Amino acid sequence: MTPRRAQPAAAVPAPLRPLAAVAFLLVVLPVVGLFTRVDPLRLPQLLTSRTALDALRLSLITALAATALSLLFGGPLAVVLARGRMRGLRVIRALVLLPLVLPPVVGGLALLYLLGRTGPVGSLLDQAGITLPYTTAAVVLAQTFVAMPFLVVGLEGALRTGGQGYEQVAATLGAGQWLSFRRVTAPLLLPSLGSSAVLTFARALGEFGATITFAGSLRGTTRTLPLAIYNTSQDDVDAAVAMSLLLVVVALVVVVLVRPRAIEGRA
Amino acid sequence: MTLSAAVELHRPDFALRTELSVDRGEVLAVLGANGAGKSTLLAVLSGLLEPDRGRVRLGGTTWLDTDARVRVPPHRRKAGLLAQSAQLFPHLTAVDNVAFGPRASGRRRAEAREIARGWLSAVDAAELAARKPDRLSGGQAQRVALARALAADPEVLLLDEPLAALDVDAAPALRALLHRVLQQQEQPTVLVTHDVLDAVVLADRVLVLSEGSTVETGPAREVLARPKAAFTARIAGLNLVSGAAAEDAVVLPAGALPEGALSEGALPERARIRGRVVEPVEDGEPAAAVFAPSAVAVHREPPGGSPRNALPARLTGLEPRGDVVRLRAEAGGNALAADVTPAAVADLGLAGGEQVWFAVKATEVAIHPVSRG
Repeated sequence: MTPRRAQPAAAVPAPLRPLAAVAFLLVVLPVVGLFTRVDPLRLPQLLTSRTALDALRLSLITALAATALSLLFGGPLAVVLARGRMRGLRVIRALVLLPLVLPPVVGGLALLYLLGRTGPVGSLLDQAGITLPYTTAAVVLAQTFVAMPFLVVGLEGALRTGGQGYEQVAATLGAGQWLSFRRVTAPLLLPSLGSSAVLTFARALGEFGATITFAGSLRGTTRTLPLAIYNTSQDDVDAAVAMSLLLVVVALVVVVLVRPRAIEGRA
Repeated sequence: MTLSAAVELHRPDFALRTELSVDRGEVLAVLGANGAGKSTLLAVLSGLLEPDRGRVRLGGTTWLDTDARVRVPPHRRKAGLLAQSAQLFPHLTAVDNVAFGPRASGRRRAEAREIARGWLSAVDAAELAARKPDRLSGGQAQRVALARALAADPEVLLLDEPLAALDVDAAPALRALLHRVLQQQEQPTVLVTHDVLDAVVLADRVLVLSEGSTVETGPAREVLARPKAAFTARIAGLNLVSGAAAEDAVVLPAGALPEGALSEGALPERARIRGRVVEPVEDGEPAAAVFAPSAVAVHREPPGGSPRNALPARLTGLEPRGDVVRLRAEAGGNALAADVTPAAVADLGLAGGEQVWFAVKATEVAIHPVSRG
């Protein structure tokens, strides 16, 4: 164990403090403002409205499904990126991170042109009788596209810093690669797996741009909470704000209780 | 089963080129300064590192032959590794750490745990079975790691500075344990260390590595007590006199010291060196008296009437070492060293070649059991 406070924290130069304060307020004030806009008396009724509950249920189901898909496919991808020795891995890593920097709307368009009825893959699916765009499955796909990189990045970082020491020990004890992965690598990865999955879930829950482009905004099948908020805000601001509070609460739970290490920069 | 290896490996700042052979039941200590290539050699033996050229064979099985493109992966070699840090799997209890090897070889959980408990008892760690590694001290963790390596039923045992990370209180106990356990093991064992004491206590033979090459090899006590290579003498650094244990002393073999020296009264009928018993030794078992050159006082006449050990020795050389002078001497076939001040050298009028007495307090001498090899 290295002592965590071997040295006193370096003092913050005075000119930086007011600027940091501005940054903090920029993040916090709007959220506080959201709370002041709410009429506490109407809140229960707004939150339990049919529109809000449908959207919340759909959001939870799709975000969970997207997280599961990210784990199933993104987990192995993280292992390949961290442990693989093939050429071109850097390029693959860069491409995997693309959704992090790409505007989600663009991602949604890309999905639409790949998987839409006339797209190269979509037309094949169409012949097989499968239509993706504007379905709940499309919502899950859009969310996975946008959120999976969070899982891959988090896990890959943990795999790298975790080092291969334990896996080498397992090998000297006679464990093959698959056994070593199941009994050593994976269990040691659980904490970062948890925090990365929570982050992925949160990102999927808030997904808007890719969803509306690829899946549209059909009530009950593709209108998730963020879409419902946008839709409602056109004519009933109070209802939109109430639903927003739902998302804020979920976000706070994620940040305060689960504290994903990737968010806190200790990954 | 004999383990034999020839290894050649080049790195921009480092080259390793050495050969070794270890018989069944034999412990070979690979001695050398940091960066001599010791750990690299072990990594090649265990299969975690592939050399540029080399072959490693265990009995009739080839583990590595770069010319024939044979490379058996680590998990099929059954080379048990005990490293400087225990590297216990943090998510498993001590007993499950030890059971890992048996489990990997296909045993059922209950059976593997049974085997693991047996090995934990063998390393005096039975009571630690249920603990997670973060609740073990360094010495305890290293015990469990030793049990884990042995429980995997390795065909070769590789020890990489197993005591180097332990504090001074824990190291002697684990050294004694290793001594006991290694005597019962039948597989070839390679021990990498920079501590001469480890080699003295645990090894049958030593191989001295310097800058990637073998400078000296031979029976442990012979090489360390009478180093032929200057490099070995430098790293040896400690005085080492071997004989048989007798209570709190080491009795030198008859005839080890010249007749005349013994009749002068400073020593009893047979030369014996008294000291602190670090690890209990049965009388008559092989043992070594180990003391530092700085603990030696040098006299022209036999020092009398004190609880000191005195050995007659013939000076063979003087070399300046910082603010002391290292006197090299020979006593009954043992190369000894003493660090004295330049003033003392002048007072005694020493130039080399004369007969002197090396005196050392019993409290400065450590008596260790040594390998029978």
